[in-house]
Amino acid sequence: MKNPFETDERRAFRESVARFVARDIAPYADEWDEAGEVPWELHLKAGALGLFGFGIEEKWGGLGFDDCFMRAAASQELGGCGASGVFAALGARNISVGPIAALGSDEIRAAVLPEVLSGRESSALAVTEPSGGSDVANLRTRARRDGGDYVLDGEKTFITGGMKSRWFVVAARTGGPGLGGISLFLVEAGAPGFSRAAMTRKMGWWASDQATLRFEGVRVPARHMLGPQDRGFLAIMHNFNYERLNMVAACVGMARRCWRDALDWARQRSTFGKPLIERQVIRHKFAEMSARIDAVESYLHMICWQANEGAMPVPEVSKAKFLATKTLEFVASECMQAMGGAGYMRGNAVERTWREVKVMAIGGGSEEILRDLAARQMGL
Amino acid sequence: MKVLVPVKRVIDYNVKVRVKADGSGVDLANVKMSMNPFDEIAVEEAIRLKEKGVATEVVAVSIGVKQAQETLRTALAMGADRAILIEAAEDVTQDIEPLAVAKLLKAVVEEEQPGLVIAGKQAIDNDMNATGQMLAALLGWPQATFASELKIEGDHAVVTREVDGGLQTVKVKLPAIVTADLRLNEPRYASLPNIMKAKKKPLEVKTPADYGVDVSPRLTVVSTSEPPARKAGVKVADVAELVSKLKNEAGVL
Ligand SMILES: Cc1cc2nc3c(=O)[nH]c(=O)nc-3n(C[C@H](O)[C@H](O)[C@H](O)COP(=O)(O)OP(=O)(O)OC[C@H]3O[C@@H](n4cnc5c(N)ncnc54)[C@H](O)[C@@H]3O)c2cc1C
Repeated sequence: MKNPFETDERRAFRESVARFVARDIAPYADEWDEAGEVPWELHLKAGALGLFGFGIEEKWGGLGFDDCFMRAAASQELGGCGASGVFAALGARNISVGPIAALGSDEIRAAVLPEVLSGRESSALAVTEPSGGSDVANLRTRARRDGGDYVLDGEKTFITGGMKSRWFVVAARTGGPGLGGISLFLVEAGAPGFSRAAMTRKMGWWASDQATLRFEGVRVPARHMLGPQDRGFLAIMHNFNYERLNMVAACVGMARRCWRDALDWARQRSTFGKPLIERQVIRHKFAEMSARIDAVESYLHMICWQANEGAMPVPEVSKAKFLATKTLEFVASECMQAMGGAGYMRGNAVERTWREVKVMAIGGGSEEILRDLAARQMGL
Repeated sequence: MKVLVPVKRVIDYNVKVRVKADGSGVDLANVKMSMNPFDEIAVEEAIRLKEKGVATEVVAVSIGVKQAQETLRTALAMGADRAILIEAAEDVTQDIEPLAVAKLLKAVVEEEQPGLVIAGKQAIDNDMNATGQMLAALLGWPQATFASELKIEGDHAVVTREVDGGLQTVKVKLPAIVTADLRLNEPRYASLPNIMKAKKKPLEVKTPADYGVDVSPRLTVVSTSEPPARKAGVKVADVAELVSKLKNEAGVL
């Protein structure tokens, strides 16, 4: 379908990313997912292509402009590479550079952003704790002021990019209970008292690294606080909008990829003497899936348009995310059903996507939490 | 040295081409179009020459429909310095034949005075493999076609050519025409910063009349047909049966 918001630059960018994915990622997606990592060179290639750095000034290595359509295009194409763990491995920096660029001092920006946006280093966002991820307002990691430093104690878990990142944007409690007592800090891996452990046994996203991080009396200079003290919660929420938008786009890419692969199969597979795709029950599955994916994609375009115009439409971003993950869940399941046993075997994108549905539905704000957020935002 | 690179907007190499029911040609309505892959290789080679300090300017030229601007923008985003579009066709079904393209390019060469023209060896739509050679003939310049390696040595180009059964190295005096084969290089992706910069690079729009060239077709397409469908193979039980079939049925042994 034609997109009324298409421009020459958006089309050119999407084509560049699509070719990058087709040439430099898709042929290796299986292998990297099984290996549990992507070669670091991929971060550099993605950086050179300009996949990072939307909304960040050129002097810090950013693109010097923002465009939600392009953000979405990059996520959608990466999502369709056949292993969305690759999207996660590259994308950890995307969910953490926002607060660094918006709230860090020039000294911090200069030290961190060029390295991270070029792909030479990575950064990660550390909000979730063993005691809970949904209830961000009640996180427990503490940051206590001590002279010119803050001293961090606590634990973070499920942190994407946790093993390979050099820089962490860490949410910690500086004030009283609730959302008014949270601040953000930039912590460098290797600081005394910082330790991390890989979480390797997981359902999906194998190509990316998740970690539990431990902070035991980690001293962070006060100038490494990102933004004003006790105002971290809003910054986290603001940052979530872009993460969610990217996840919606990735879901569209993942769903389209499954749909295409399963359709190829249904065209070639013959049962009871006829190609599978000629069976009404199967054809209708593909029609239904296609309609739902188109709907999410169109919704995404409207959100991108509005976000470009000025204010991020928060209720719509929330709604689009759970709509996208529910759609992906449906598509992955129906595609596997159409493929039968072959879909169930490891080494194909449908099987992998089926295992990746839940991280999309839980991470970055779970379906339940986002329905609730949307309801509140709409004033229900 | 200035390098001129002609680029053609063609049906994308990933598109499954369909022949029109009346056999008058292939269906081009709403089909994805891209830069001819061999031309991309040519652009890449020219940019590399510039990066090595051998070339000073890279100029991309396209001849065709208005939308070929997009193709030129791609060349600019890859790293070409400026572009010239010669709007010679009203719509995509009107293909400009190699001789007309070569005549237009000759006129551009006379105006621009490049030291080297790098073209794709052929366009993947009509597979003519003629434009570079015709241009060389019209200009009276030496040519080195099917290049898999290109080196500039003083006022000569040393070109390795892919020929049947091996490689041939030729040395041609500049200015010359080189046509690019698949293995010459792996073209880069246009990065987002460069896509945005390409917007501001100059793109001049001309018409064939500006160069006094008549582009009316001289060739008539008699018919277009799908390649014959491949017949299903047969399985043989053993080597003996295979040999017997090759001998008695295929008659190749
Ligand atoms: C692979 C992976 C990567 C991740 N990467 C990161 C990362 O990079 N950085 C980071 O900070 N976090 C990351 N996370 C954590 C993720 O954000 C959390 O898992 C998520 O926010 C949910 O938190 P939780 O797991 O603690 O579940 P809980 O908050 O314990 O929730 C459990 C279930 O209860 C539901 N629930 C919770 N509260 C309510 C309520 N009030 N009403 C109804 N239902 C409710 C939830 O929707 C969920 O279904 C990652 C998670 C995974 C799995």
